[in-house]
Amino acid sequence: MTEKVLMKGNEAFAEAAIRGGSRYYFGYPITPQSEIPEFMSRELPKWGGAFVQAESELAAINMAYGAAASGGNVFISSSSPGIALMQEGLSFMCSAQVPIVILNVSRCGPGVGGIQPGQSDYNQVTRGGGNGDYRIPVFAPDCIQSAVDLIYEATDLSQKYRNPIMILADGMMGQMMEPVLLPEPKYVPTLEELPKARPWAVTGTKKGYRNVINSLYLKPEQLEVSVENIYEKYREAEKELVKYETSGLEDAEVVFVAFGTVARITREAIEILAAKGVKAGLIRPISLWPFPAEAFDHLSPKTKVVISTELSMGQMIDDVERSVSGRCPVRLIHRVGGIVPTSLEVVDHAMKILGEYK
Amino acid sequence: MFSRENPYFMHTNKRILVVTGHYGSGKTEFSVSLAMLLRKLDMTGGKRLAVVDLDVANPYFRSRERKELLRQNGIELIASFYDSEITAELPAISADVRKPMEDENCFVIVDVGGNDAGARVLGQFRRYFEGNHLFLTVVNANRPETRDLEGALFHLESIEAETGLKVDGIVDNCHLVMETTAETVKKGRRFCEKVSEASGIPIFCDCYPEALVNRSDLEGVSDHLMPLGMYMRESWLDK
Repeated sequence: MTEKVLMKGNEAFAEAAIRGGSRYYFGYPITPQSEIPEFMSRELPKWGGAFVQAESELAAINMAYGAAASGGNVFISSSSPGIALMQEGLSFMCSAQVPIVILNVSRCGPGVGGIQPGQSDYNQVTRGGGNGDYRIPVFAPDCIQSAVDLIYEATDLSQKYRNPIMILADGMMGQMMEPVLLPEPKYVPTLEELPKARPWAVTGTKKGYRNVINSLYLKPEQLEVSVENIYEKYREAEKELVKYETSGLEDAEVVFVAFGTVARITREAIEILAAKGVKAGLIRPISLWPFPAEAFDHLSPKTKVVISTELSMGQMIDDVERSVSGRCPVRLIHRVGGIVPTSLEVVDHAMKILGEYK
Repeated sequence: MFSRENPYFMHTNKRILVVTGHYGSGKTEFSVSLAMLLRKLDMTGGKRLAVVDLDVANPYFRSRERKELLRQNGIELIASFYDSEITAELPAISADVRKPMEDENCFVIVDVGGNDAGARVLGQFRRYFEGNHLFLTVVNANRPETRDLEGALFHLESIEAETGLKVDGIVDNCHLVMETTAETVKKGRRFCEKVSEASGIPIFCDCYPEALVNRSDLEGVSDHLMPLGMYMRESWLDK
């Protein structure tokens, strides 16, 4: 498709997953991402895929685990409380090295919280809410096109790493409309091609040997080797998957760190600050894990303060502080409860903070 | 009152304008813009003007988010649910919705939720519509599902089938948000002419975003050009 089409975020995410090669979706509706299961139930059968509405997110993640272990390209989605319910499955899949693409269209919490946008899943998705040692690469788009591109690449990435890959798009992005360019559909191995294409997958014993996929190791030595093995992949991921954008760092008095929807509000705030004669820069982490610590090596000596702008009580700020590592003070601008700050609100707050460091 | 014979849709006996359309076709922007325009041009002859937000399908970007702006301009906004439940997901319709529909001295713009599923809620109000209403469907050819003739016709048929109401007019709103140009509008008009010819449903008006396209660039495109504001769009969305 060479012409842009106008799509609602959630529809575009689902379309990108299909075009990226996903064929199996298991889910349970939850606002603000219910358009995704709706879209998948209608569209996946046309691509030879399957949609199953599970009885809960717990069921969905375990169906996904099974389908992905059998070599299927699986894409699932949910929103914050639903993602919380899926954490056990994600831990199991990391341990068993089963690939999957998972999209979190996040809303505000804690608990049931509300259906308005939030970023307070930062710790949940970057630290992992499941048990044990594992990591999940997480990417945060700031517009529908970047979400489409990230989701499109995520299937290949998850197969390469044989690990879940998460996309974190807040509810605002799921619900907004933007023109997008949709990429060409990728080739998906047929059932017959699966044993060759995915030699690790549980595709039956006709090939003459038996694959076993599990996360249970009764001997401590075996478990230790297994954990060390997956961490070798994570060390590679830390080198390969770091993604970020920066602007105006060279002579910035203040540098904002923001991802997702908030990065866009911050961009407008930076323009307003420029009109007031304040030079401000932006670091937008695209990979939240691995966190782009290297971006902070470009901070200018002129920078008086780094401000983490978040729709949470301050979660990413821990990674920001670690990355700034004492080069300058780190402060927080935030709203919670599903309230998205205006750019003027960010500007006012930033001016107050800057005043303290003049 | 609402009529396609007049560029600003007034001076007939129609009192209720029902606006349906696909997700993201621009129903809400059209409804809010029209209400603001009617007030600006003082076209309501001292009568009440209300926008009824019947959107039970979308959780965000609903006309109720502009309640204050509308109120300041003398337009009542009646949402399909209760004030305190700002983020509730209940597909419930408040009884208040009936007030402007019952009031003979009130012009009503009914902003219905997306798709045929969103339009289903209209059924219960049909008795107010008899002889009083114009039923419009917003078409945006840049939406994937309505980008070809077949898709657009199917969409019109689904809305009619779901609501049991006949579509009286097509609102041509073929936009690409901030990337809309005069060419986008012209192309949209050509598409809607085809839809109109195939369906027998007249084009009610052709919309263009006032902030992005000059009316002078649309010379001869349509007799019923409707300028749209960007009331629903947050400015940071385009950063």
